[in-house]
Amino acid sequence: MSADLSYELSAKQQQPVSRKVRALKLVRKLAGQRYLQVMALLGVAWMIIFNYIPMYSVIIAFKEYNIIHSVHEAKWVGLEHFREFLDDDELPGVIWNTVGMSLIKLVVAFPLPIIFALFLNELRSLQLKKLVQTISYLPHFLSWVILGGILTTWLADVGIINHLLMALGIIHEPISYLAEPSYFWSIVITSDIWKELGWSAIIYLAAIAGVSPEMYEAATIDGAGRFQKMWFVTLPSISGTITILFILAVSGILNSNFDQILVLRNSLNESASNVIDVYVYQTGIVSSRYSYSAAVGLIKSVIALVLLLGANQVSKKLNDTSLF
Amino acid sequence: MLLLKRRTPGEALFDAGNVLGMLVICFITIYPIWYVLVNAFNEGQDAMRGGIYWWPRLFSLDSFRAVFNNPGIMKAMGVTVAKTVVGTVLHVFFTAMVAYAFSRQELIGRKVYMLLGIITMIFSGGLIPYYLLIRDLHLLDSFLVYIIPAMFNFFDLIIFLAFFREIPSGLVEAAKIDGANDFGIFVRVIIPVSMPVIATIALFHGVYQWNDYFTGIIYINNMDLQPIQTFLYRVIAQSSSNLMMAAMPGGIQKSVTSQSIKLATMVVTTLPIVLVYPFLQKYFVKGMMIGSIKG
Repeated sequence: MSADLSYELSAKQQQPVSRKVRALKLVRKLAGQRYLQVMALLGVAWMIIFNYIPMYSVIIAFKEYNIIHSVHEAKWVGLEHFREFLDDDELPGVIWNTVGMSLIKLVVAFPLPIIFALFLNELRSLQLKKLVQTISYLPHFLSWVILGGILTTWLADVGIINHLLMALGIIHEPISYLAEPSYFWSIVITSDIWKELGWSAIIYLAAIAGVSPEMYEAATIDGAGRFQKMWFVTLPSISGTITILFILAVSGILNSNFDQILVLRNSLNESASNVIDVYVYQTGIVSSRYSYSAAVGLIKSVIALVLLLGANQVSKKLNDTSLF
Repeated sequence: MLLLKRRTPGEALFDAGNVLGMLVICFITIYPIWYVLVNAFNEGQDAMRGGIYWWPRLFSLDSFRAVFNNPGIMKAMGVTVAKTVVGTVLHVFFTAMVAYAFSRQELIGRKVYMLLGIITMIFSGGLIPYYLLIRDLHLLDSFLVYIIPAMFNFFDLIIFLAFFREIPSGLVEAAKIDGANDFGIFVRVIIPVSMPVIATIALFHGVYQWNDYFTGIIYINNMDLQPIQTFLYRVIAQSSSNLMMAAMPGGIQKSVTSQSIKLATMVVTTLPIVLVYPFLQKYFVKGMMIGSIKG
């Protein structure tokens, strides 16, 4: 009994001491890495200012924000802006344009770099492979403004496309492609493929380079042809990379390529070019309806997050590959 | 060995088809750029008639002369060069510095810092809250709007981290014994051995800075501060070619049209990137791979 008591007492006395010692050790360790901590905290401070303050300010979507009041002082209005957006006549068109274009991109543009990488890998000449790579990366480094310039030149009434089609007798009158809503999606998707095909293939090429040569030798001995090797060896070996990129592509369904669309859109093709990002920019920045526009942006971010987590979960279940 | 060397007729056909397909892709990629180039080097009035596909019909440098004599275009070019150089140097130094601190295992709070960064990759406040922040920081209509918000990027930090992990720890230990502090180690030991990854990130960010037109549209009203890409955006997307003609000095040669000046400006704007990137290609491909493996 008394022994127990004394044991407890000494434990009680010892604990604060050991805690103090631990705290002292921590302080000493912190002091030892003070330069390192300052370097790290400068980065953290930057993230707090430029990433976390905007995340906090998103509460203006639930408020009536104006320039006079601060984000803090503005009056709460609940879900009013969200309701307003759902009632907006423009909503169906905006959603249709955003999701439609993204889905076509997912189906058409997503597999192309994989196919390109597979065939590029089959080139026997290393020099030719390097040359093709260098050329195919090039458009990635041009800005959408420059590409917009190239496209407007090509698609103009007197441009090369009209020239060619008229010479071939396919059309008789020049078409103003960028003034026709019906052509807008095709222009956006084609030019996006043109710009990013080579660049997107890099990751797949890197994955293909990691496939063990013994697998190809074994397949060759088994009598597999080139297509069979691509299909049964290369493709399964890079399926992890494909899955990861597919998850990212799915989460970007509400992301239009804003830079691209801003350059190519005009008042004539508006019915096909008005996407969520453009809508947010127009209502928020151009018309200064900050709260309303922030609400639309928030809906978009939340859906994108859900899509990301959902696609990640599905892929984890199906084939054990996931981002997190 | 023999098995690999001998080509069946089917194999030969496959190879021929593959090479042909690749050449077609190369042609499709390069030709639109070539088309702009030859038209820019053609006399403006003559180019309007169209039909210039392979080579300039009436070779002329007048459009380029007009571009280099245009104070508006040259000022925008100056802004672009300044923001690219200053922005890239600061971005690389700052992001690498934070990445180096994050890469040291003994850093207290490391896991929390990393988590803070990862959250920024999957969620953001969106355009409007960001715009209000830039406004509240008084960065509207300031050159600094090109620099400070672009100083750091968590994706780039991950690429740096992957590289720093490969640096032998003995290098850092030796510098410590010599009495250097962590910042000194970063500047004098880490930076010199990290040139491949620094070249990668510098190219990525340099291209971003050079090509970015959106920052100029949304945060800048002062025309003296707009970069060349924003200037071109206004000309191309809003078809305000009179913007270009208006900025022309008086007594301009008749041979120049707003279209030919547009093409010449596009060529001048793009040339630096086209010239630089083949030399840096081996670096950025390696960098992309490091980044993708970590992904």
